[in-house]
Amino acid sequence: MSWRKRTKEELAQRVARDIHDGAYVNLGIGMPTLVANHLPADLEIVLHTENGLIGMGPAPAAGEEDYDLINAGKQPVTILRGGAFFHHADSFAMMRGGHIDICVLGAFQVSACGDLANWHTGEKAAIPAVGGAMDLAIGAKQTWVMIEALTKRGESKLVERCTYPLTGVHCVERVYTDIATFECTPRGLELVDIVEGLTHAELERLVGLPIRAH
Amino acid sequence: MIKKIAASIAEALSDIHDGATILIGGFGTAGIPGELIEGLIEQGARDLTVVNNNAGNGDTGLAALLNAGRVRKMICSFPRQTDSQVFDALYRSGKIELELVPQGNLAERLRAAGAGIGGFFTPTGYGTSLAEGKETRVIGGKPYVLEYPLHGDVALIKAERGDRWGNLTFRKTARNFGPVMATAAKRTVASVYEIVELGDIDPEIVVTPGIFVHRIVRIPRVATQAAGFRMAGRP
Repeated sequence: MSWRKRTKEELAQRVARDIHDGAYVNLGIGMPTLVANHLPADLEIVLHTENGLIGMGPAPAAGEEDYDLINAGKQPVTILRGGAFFHHADSFAMMRGGHIDICVLGAFQVSACGDLANWHTGEKAAIPAVGGAMDLAIGAKQTWVMIEALTKRGESKLVERCTYPLTGVHCVERVYTDIATFECTPRGLELVDIVEGLTHAELERLVGLPIRAH
Repeated sequence: MIKKIAASIAEALSDIHDGATILIGGFGTAGIPGELIEGLIEQGARDLTVVNNNAGNGDTGLAALLNAGRVRKMICSFPRQTDSQVFDALYRSGKIELELVPQGNLAERLRAAGAGIGGFFTPTGYGTSLAEGKETRVIGGKPYVLEYPLHGDVALIKAERGDRWGNLTFRKTARNFGPVMATAAKRTVASVYEIVELGDIDPEIVVTPGIFVHRIVRIPRVATQAAGFRMAGRP
């Protein structure tokens, strides 16, 4: 039977489907920001951005940009009715203090037990930059990762042990990928769902790790 | 009588000494006190340690201060951006020191300095290379890393409105590090777009009470410019 990967939009839809009504959510820079476009309109889901805004709305119309009103990626956004501004110490209290329900992050690698590597490739020439990644990874009630399962060279981003520098230890609960969704547990990966037509055996071969049925 | 209103930026910045640690508010360009940084360039202090979330955008503001060779060390969370070429070149040629701090630890180290706290245990960074060599402790079954306060000699911040007692309000996400840096420096200088009479800022909405502010200086309003990301359709 044939199978195909989820597109980025389908992956964003898949993540969005698991976010509950009333959730306070932080979407990391990059692919996770796509999730905002797929949040069900009938739910109230409140987006937080680390630079001091909760109740973040969509990008403004062209010509309406206000660069005092930006997201963590420094792009212009809007604020919804009911939203609030606050300073950095309060913003990171929300993140580190377990007040954010879900944060969705990108990653270079995630280990089967939930270690995360998403801030640095470890290359000597690279200028390191961490931003809020380490605070987000360990602070939310649940940390989810949203990635394509394989690198462009076909290597699995799900690994037994991260070889890139760590962002956080045992911090990832769930990994949403373009071929399957996994739980990271102390006993390794557990399957949540899999794209239609892909067999469990083939998934294990692609990922290169044992995966327990849910 | 309390008179915190400075006649000019030059007056507000006159006693900054070589080797000072300068806390500079802002996240990207939002809240960056560009006019005060220009003033610091003119003022001439050298061998500075600068604390900011980033390490300059384009070639103005903080990037211009770096480019003038005034900064010995940057303490920041996210130096690398699409337009951080000035910092990148200095760093690659070994002309500037970098202390990389996770953003929440940066905010909390400043908060601790302002609140008189001698250190704190944070879960952020535990088990990573940024916590190497640091004291750790398990508290309530969770691992933490010991971090120390980060004091400034001077804080330069951008606010929206102020009065002669130094009470401040801010604008949207330009608030960011401003209020916490104001508490953490021996001397805080804030630029404002508007100076009002005492009592004209509703006490219920004062964000930074004047006790944390030493000088305010009024600047003409200029819209904050985009920076720090790649815009669609531009290289």
